[in-house]
Amino acid sequence: MTVSATGTHDSAPDTRFGELTRMPDARGHYGPYGGRFVSETLSYALEDLEQTYLSLRDDPAFQAEFDRDLAHYVGRPSPLYHAERWSRTLGGAQIWLKREDLNHTGAHKVNNTIGQALLAKKTGKPRVIAETGAGQHGVATATVAARLGLECDVYMGAEDVQRQKLNVYRMRLLGARVIPVESGTRTLKDAMNEALRDWVTNVDNTFYIIGTVAGPHPYPQLVRDFNAVVGREARQQSLEQIGRLPDALVACVGGGSNAIGLFYPFIEDDAVAMYGVEAGGDGIETGRHAAPLASNAPRGVLHGNRTYLMSDEAGQVSDTHSISAGLDYPGVGPEHSLWKDVGRVKYVAANDKEVLEAFRELTQMEGIMPALESAHALAHAKVLATTMQPDQHIVVNLSGRGDKDIMTVAKIDGIEF
Amino acid sequence: MNRIDQRFSELKQQGRKALIPYITAGDPAPHYTVGFMHALVEAGADIIELGVPFSDPMADGPVIQKACERALKQGTRLVDLLDMVAEFRQADTKTPVVLMGYLNPIERIGYEVFADKAATAGVDGVLVVDMPPEEADEFGPLLKVRNLAAIFLVAPTTSPARAATICAHGEGYLYYVSLKGVTGAATLNAAEVAQRLEPLREMTDLPLCVGFGIRDGVSAAEVAKVADGVIVGSALVNRIAENTETPEIIAGQLKSVLAEMRTAMDA
Repeated sequence: MTVSATGTHDSAPDTRFGELTRMPDARGHYGPYGGRFVSETLSYALEDLEQTYLSLRDDPAFQAEFDRDLAHYVGRPSPLYHAERWSRTLGGAQIWLKREDLNHTGAHKVNNTIGQALLAKKTGKPRVIAETGAGQHGVATATVAARLGLECDVYMGAEDVQRQKLNVYRMRLLGARVIPVESGTRTLKDAMNEALRDWVTNVDNTFYIIGTVAGPHPYPQLVRDFNAVVGREARQQSLEQIGRLPDALVACVGGGSNAIGLFYPFIEDDAVAMYGVEAGGDGIETGRHAAPLASNAPRGVLHGNRTYLMSDEAGQVSDTHSISAGLDYPGVGPEHSLWKDVGRVKYVAANDKEVLEAFRELTQMEGIMPALESAHALAHAKVLATTMQPDQHIVVNLSGRGDKDIMTVAKIDGIEF
Repeated sequence: MNRIDQRFSELKQQGRKALIPYITAGDPAPHYTVGFMHALVEAGADIIELGVPFSDPMADGPVIQKACERALKQGTRLVDLLDMVAEFRQADTKTPVVLMGYLNPIERIGYEVFADKAATAGVDGVLVVDMPPEEADEFGPLLKVRNLAAIFLVAPTTSPARAATICAHGEGYLYYVSLKGVTGAATLNAAEVAQRLEPLREMTDLPLCVGFGIRDGVSAAEVAKVADGVIVGSALVNRIAENTETPEIIAGQLKSVLAEMRTAMDA
């Protein structure tokens, strides 16, 4: 919404991006992106989910239950922490960390699984399934399934099962079955293929808890809405702790759920710059990365939506590479694609080496060990901070904690347990 | 008249049902595909569905997933399929060919360019598994003006309202997915299929063809009693998978699987 220069509409912020708050359209499209590109068997289930969600979204009782779970089960609000020592060392802007790593289960992912589990409960389906990359979404799903007494199967690429053994065992302890996926590249995208195959077979008794803002409509919308609590809190906390809105937001982007959660409530605050940081892998120039937006990949359709998608000239989806299993995905949530096109968010990449440096720096200077995914955001925040002044402020979404990555980092350090 | 419509009108006059085999193009290697297509016609195929291999075949079971992997390993691209169809057309101008696959390879070429090339090559219909009619407003008309049929799926979970939409947009034939699941998953229940097809008959004059779960002469004949066509995929692709070391015998195997179905359906 554009308001007049005289500012008579004081309830509406001055913004060029009001259109973005009215996404998606009735058919789940975000401009040219999004949609519902699925085989016919799933169409009914998605229409049903959309109806259920739209009816509950504005239901005060449902919202109250969601808020209660976030407060007492997840432990919200998560703190906004001023990384003073690190900021001082960098000598630029002040860096603030939105501590999603302190949530129950250790990442932002639980915000969404709590929400979707409530939807599952309303639909009465006794079984949930999920796909997972790093295992954080799988753990968060297994957790809520345990709490609600739902049967839970988690699909995980066989390569990720190897990379994230600790999370695999966590899921099993929680009572979930972890099913290694051997097809394709044996990573997150293949786990999602297999979860969709399961859902198409067991659609009558199964609720599919998608972990990111991708997938067919209405998933990108409801995952965004459930994660937007991150940005609402961060906005309020910025006003209280900084005394104003931050100058910039930074978050890592794989599918893009933590970034959308932080960014969305600020979307009309034109003065707040936003940076989505994709997985640069060995470097964009090497082709071995997972950065469809930063590398300007072509548009494509995968997993039910149209978006920027890494694929070859024949339309086959490309292999991706990242040190972090959670970002190792060739596509990205459709709303991010739109935000890139309209220039609301700038999408950049951090490569594996920069990520490891940021991981070590934060651990050693602030005593906070970030997930390798979140360390992508930190790596860019470092670069950004040094271009800014000490009286400017950056909020970084510290989307998850790094315990799960200790083995990966140890291996790089040549340490065997 | 499109070759598909022509074929169904002939079948109707003869009182026969359509037998529609599916194979993945480029499996086990691209230079076999055209030969396989001719072999299928010799064994009684009325229409051929030619699968476009894709890296992420979300609606397919392990049999067709592996077929896609074999074909992609051999470098099979959508543009190669169009060449295969053109080559097939040099010897066979009558048998309709439908391309079946996922949207992304078509997106990458571009809808209009693809539609032009497909029409020129002699393709008759296109079935994009992950493109329901609601997402086909741009692509559908581009096919139609080139006399290419946009073929859509109907599933056991399709609501009556959706079925009406699909019937309104569909051309060529309706592909009824006999069961909830992926390709090659289970054996269908012919009585249940018959019950599901009944309301569709009220909505459309399009031929109703049934796929998923048809593996032999018995299941083909059961379905042929209630539907206008029988689609068979994994049962054929299995024969390719079993004989990748001896590809010269595959065409014969495909013919024997299909001939058994043809005989059972026509009995």
